[in-house]
Amino acid sequence: MGAIQRVLDQPVAATIVVVSLLGVTAWGVSHFPRSVVLFMLFQASILLLYFARMPRRLKIVLTVVALGGLMPVLGTINAYYMEIAIQVGIFVALALGLNIVVGLAGLLDLGYVAFFAVGAYSWAIFGSPQANLIFGGSYFPLSPWWFFVFLFVGVGVAAGAGLLLGLPVLRLHGDYLALVTLGFGEVIRVLANNLDKPINITNGPKGITPIGRPPIFFEPLLRAVGIEPNPNVIYPLYLYALVLLIVGVTVLVNRRLEDSHIGRAWEAIREDQTAAQAMGVPLVRMKLLAFACGASFAGAVGVLFSAKQIFINPESFTFMESIGVLAMIILGGMGSIPGAILGATVVTVLNLQVLKGFSLWLNELRNAGTVILGYNLANLPTQLEPAKYERMIFGLILVLMMIFRPQGILPARRRTRELSES
Amino acid sequence: MDVELLIGIFPQVLIDGITLGFMYALIALGYTMVYGVLEFINFAHSEIFIVGAFVGVELLLGMKSAGWLDALPWVIVLLLILVAGMAVSGVLAVIVERTAYRPLRHAPRLIPLISAIGVSFFLQDAIRLFESLWRNSFNLVYPSMDVLNTRFELSSTIDVSVKSLVVTAAALLMLWGLYSLVNKTKIGKAIRAVAEDQSAASLMGINVNRMISLTFLIGGAMGGGAGVLFGVQYSLINPYTGFIPGLKAFTAAVLGGIGNIPGAMLGGLVLGVLESFAASYLSLLTGGAFGAEYKDILAFSILILILIFRPKGLLGEVVRERA
Repeated sequence: MGAIQRVLDQPVAATIVVVSLLGVTAWGVSHFPRSVVLFMLFQASILLLYFARMPRRLKIVLTVVALGGLMPVLGTINAYYMEIAIQVGIFVALALGLNIVVGLAGLLDLGYVAFFAVGAYSWAIFGSPQANLIFGGSYFPLSPWWFFVFLFVGVGVAAGAGLLLGLPVLRLHGDYLALVTLGFGEVIRVLANNLDKPINITNGPKGITPIGRPPIFFEPLLRAVGIEPNPNVIYPLYLYALVLLIVGVTVLVNRRLEDSHIGRAWEAIREDQTAAQAMGVPLVRMKLLAFACGASFAGAVGVLFSAKQIFINPESFTFMESIGVLAMIILGGMGSIPGAILGATVVTVLNLQVLKGFSLWLNELRNAGTVILGYNLANLPTQLEPAKYERMIFGLILVLMMIFRPQGILPARRRTRELSES
Repeated sequence: MDVELLIGIFPQVLIDGITLGFMYALIALGYTMVYGVLEFINFAHSEIFIVGAFVGVELLLGMKSAGWLDALPWVIVLLLILVAGMAVSGVLAVIVERTAYRPLRHAPRLIPLISAIGVSFFLQDAIRLFESLWRNSFNLVYPSMDVLNTRFELSSTIDVSVKSLVVTAAALLMLWGLYSLVNKTKIGKAIRAVAEDQSAASLMGINVNRMISLTFLIGGAMGGGAGVLFGVQYSLINPYTGFIPGLKAFTAAVLGGIGNIPGAMLGGLVLGVLESFAASYLSLLTGGAFGAEYKDILAFSILILILIFRPKGLLGEVVRERA
């Protein structure tokens, strides 16, 4: 580690190393599109880019090239990588939203996925024929253009749900608050599961489909330059661009909030509620604001998620998802923006690539009847699917981080007293 | 609406609710004892509970394949799996405390809670991993015992299965045992002393760490016993089954007044009965518009309402009184 750090601290060497790594891994992925390891190395070199010391402008340019140029190209070569990139983006935005509530304001929210669900269902219902069942007639699905309106509707509805949850639980703190938010998350899921009667709002466990996708408004433009748009290629790229946009806005808002007087008020509440109140921080308003802000990001991402999936059902909004997002910010570092991004990326990649890859590999070995240490892998139980052990990963992350590094991998600059005090 | 039907099923619903309530009460004890001593929500208790159920099913399946299940009297079999489930769960709870909670005992409150959530998730998949390797299946069914499935018909609409009588009796026995352990013995006194004031207790020559381990052992054993009874009563288990009953048992503990042992029993019973009524009557009363699934919402609403309006619960705090 020390040697790497030394190289990264020298601007010239760092630039050379990072640029060549990005180039080599990108070249590698484009020639061996099925190699998971190469793609992970590509992701790792983006991480190195973050740690490298180099001029700020250059760094931004390189990030834009890597995420805006190389990634879409690689994603076109292997569509699964695009899917991973979009998922990572969605979880980064979710983690950043939860980071406001847990990391900045210190309110442990275990039902965060509920807001994500609220956003997703708001577009799912109106962007599909589902709304006809509620209002009658056949005005729905709304035209794809409404998608952009619903990004804001999602923000509003989720923020409203945040206020709704925030109001009654304000008097609680610490672990009670955590349990109540957990209950709230479960209530939303049970509602989504059962509101197919008396009026069919969510279509119950069967879920809603087909959900409208955002309009390809630049289609004539593409035709003008002589590209015949193929929806199978265009949509992933388009969604990726939208995700990048949302992540960008989220990061920006997070950064502005962190140093604003609101952000400082949140941190004051987190450190010592009584002292904060004595200093004139309006507790009620600030806590409500934290809930609403955190929720609103989840709402916007939810709208995008439902448009990407075309189909949603309550299965996507379980307690496990809430804990997954929590594990992301714990891993990265509570209250730290780069931490949330890193955590979300690492956990998503672990789930989507490492576990799945391990599953596939094990299956191949099993089918080939490979013998390891005298044990024929063909005898391996069929129920053993490494891809299904997300909870184990989340659990290990939570326990190990709490015991060994509660401030996370990339701790927030203003180290929280809540964590360092003993 | 058929009023006669509503009245007719009333006793049945009540009996089912009481059985369920005793189950919640047993699980709630684990939460409430740990909270009383450490002021900490042992989130992993729901998995400690379901581990007991798995120990029970493994033993039963093992005995079945060895042909003992029909040879031994059912009381012996039941006692055997109950004791085994309690032992394994109790020891597991102690191990969890040692590895995941003790290093964090003096950290800020949210830290051990997050660690406990991690343990809970880890254990769920650990059980799944074990059962996948061992049986190639993690959705297990308790082998049925004929005696337990016998039902006494009290009237045309009401019947009581031997199973629920046995479950209720076992739960009562365990509750009575725990109550006398905590209130009548020296060990119980030491535990109460630690709950009251750790440093003062340690000055009086009480080994605080050992008492905390003991609390986890007892709470875990109660949870494990509840797990076995849960399996006997409802048959179907998987590694994720424990979570919702665990959450509801926590609600029961809060309802009765967390940290308060009789409160946990009362809270469990109240919640069990309420839930049973919600499950049976809600869809009848609303003409099928709201199904039995809303009973989960009922439990969580109770949790939220109690925490907001009467956080000390029905019986208030007896164990934990601090200046």
